[in-house]
Amino acid sequence: MSPPLAPPGWSRWLVPPAALSVHLAIGQAYAWSVFKPPLESALHLDGTQSALPFQLAIVMLGLSAAFGGTLVERNGPRWAMTVALVCFSSGFLISALGAQTKQYWLIVLGYGFVGGIGLGIGYISPVSTLIKWFPDRPGMATGIAIMGFGGGALIASPWSAQMLASFGSDHSGIALAFLVHGLTYAVFMTLGVLLVRVPRPQEPAETGPSAADGVQVSARSAVRTPQFWCLWVVLCANVTAGIGILEKAAPMITDFFADSSTPVSASAAAGFVALLSAANMAGRIGWSSASDRIGRKNIYRLYLGVGALMYLLIALFGDSAKPLFVLCALVILSFYGGGFATVPAYLKDLFGTYQVGAIHGRLLTAWSTAGVLGPLIVNWIADRQEAAGKHGPALYGLSFAIMIGLLVVGFAANELVRPVHARHHVSAPREAADAQRQQPA
Amino acid sequence: MPSDSSPPSLPRSRPRPTGGTPAGLIVLAWLWVAAPLAYGVYELVQKARQLFTG
Repeated sequence: MSPPLAPPGWSRWLVPPAALSVHLAIGQAYAWSVFKPPLESALHLDGTQSALPFQLAIVMLGLSAAFGGTLVERNGPRWAMTVALVCFSSGFLISALGAQTKQYWLIVLGYGFVGGIGLGIGYISPVSTLIKWFPDRPGMATGIAIMGFGGGALIASPWSAQMLASFGSDHSGIALAFLVHGLTYAVFMTLGVLLVRVPRPQEPAETGPSAADGVQVSARSAVRTPQFWCLWVVLCANVTAGIGILEKAAPMITDFFADSSTPVSASAAAGFVALLSAANMAGRIGWSSASDRIGRKNIYRLYLGVGALMYLLIALFGDSAKPLFVLCALVILSFYGGGFATVPAYLKDLFGTYQVGAIHGRLLTAWSTAGVLGPLIVNWIADRQEAAGKHGPALYGLSFAIMIGLLVVGFAANELVRPVHARHHVSAPREAADAQRQQPA
Repeated sequence: MPSDSSPPSLPRSRPRPTGGTPAGLIVLAWLWVAAPLAYGVYELVQKARQLFTG
């Protein structure tokens, strides 16, 4: 499939909603927990089993983004969005069949494996295209799309819960809910498939520098550079630090103020979790847009340096003032979201637009690693501290110290980022030949 | 070529250039994604209020 070239006069402001229609849909993955309790009671599963589809989906997200990135670059965003639509929606339809027939393995296969491929391809599908349309504001452009991934859970969580309340939480109700999800997301994502266009290579954007003027590095060469691995460490540290709060947000705020005069109720803790989601989403668009003005390296100095400071403040004074605890946690979560959204623009600065989508896909393995590392650190340490008879803030002190250490390592890795050596650059004739090959016949 | 809007020099009565983007399409595309997002944000705000009232 040839990448869909934009006709003359095509507005670039159609590309962000195209990207959002995909990211808002696939962001549903973070709302999987809504289906867990009904699945557990309807199919007699334990908590570990009911988490399997989500875990497999996240693994497949990382794998398909890493290995499918080059295909996405070669075939273009419309092909990628179509694959994402088919896989993500099919995942729900297969899951509907699994729920109706009480075959849980079909739900794992459908939502986890097939749907997970849709997540990975869908996540990277608009990144390269957005950067090419907005060479003057790449941080803002990718921030809009990646904010959508955060926003997807905000939509799906209440929507799925209401659907289950209407259809019932037995296996037929769950099957019907999966069916409606699959069909609705297919229609919703169609907008992206229909609207996405790539700018004509010979006609650079009116504003900002031409993408072809800068450094261009292939995905194969990029993974051999120290810059790629420095950014890998930066992303991994930043995501791990965010997950450190996200993973146990509700019990954490409850534990911190359990012995105070104003203990935190369960509903207030749920409100705290919701506020963290808002900070995560706002950070994606806000900080990423700010990076266009203050620079990518500087914004990561902020995420990692101030992030470590926020953790230190929580560890030292968090239990003495609830507003301070909440404020620091919100800042950390905004940096978590910002880190995700800014990294494509950072990659574009270092490696150019040539195969930035494929490079981004490979870098997302840092996310998968952090997704395992973050919860592991926080949960394991909290369990050990509890077994040792500790309670309240003491359960989290060691976790916070580790998070601060990780952020300092990430800060150092960011400082080591330098422009890519010329030996890794792609020659102009090869890039031109590739661009020519992508032109429709 | 990427463009932020229609060429300003063209009079309103003149036909739009071939391949130009109708403003209605841009509005529709943004509404398509903004409407569900607004619903999600509304539900989030309702829940977040519990931190201060719960």
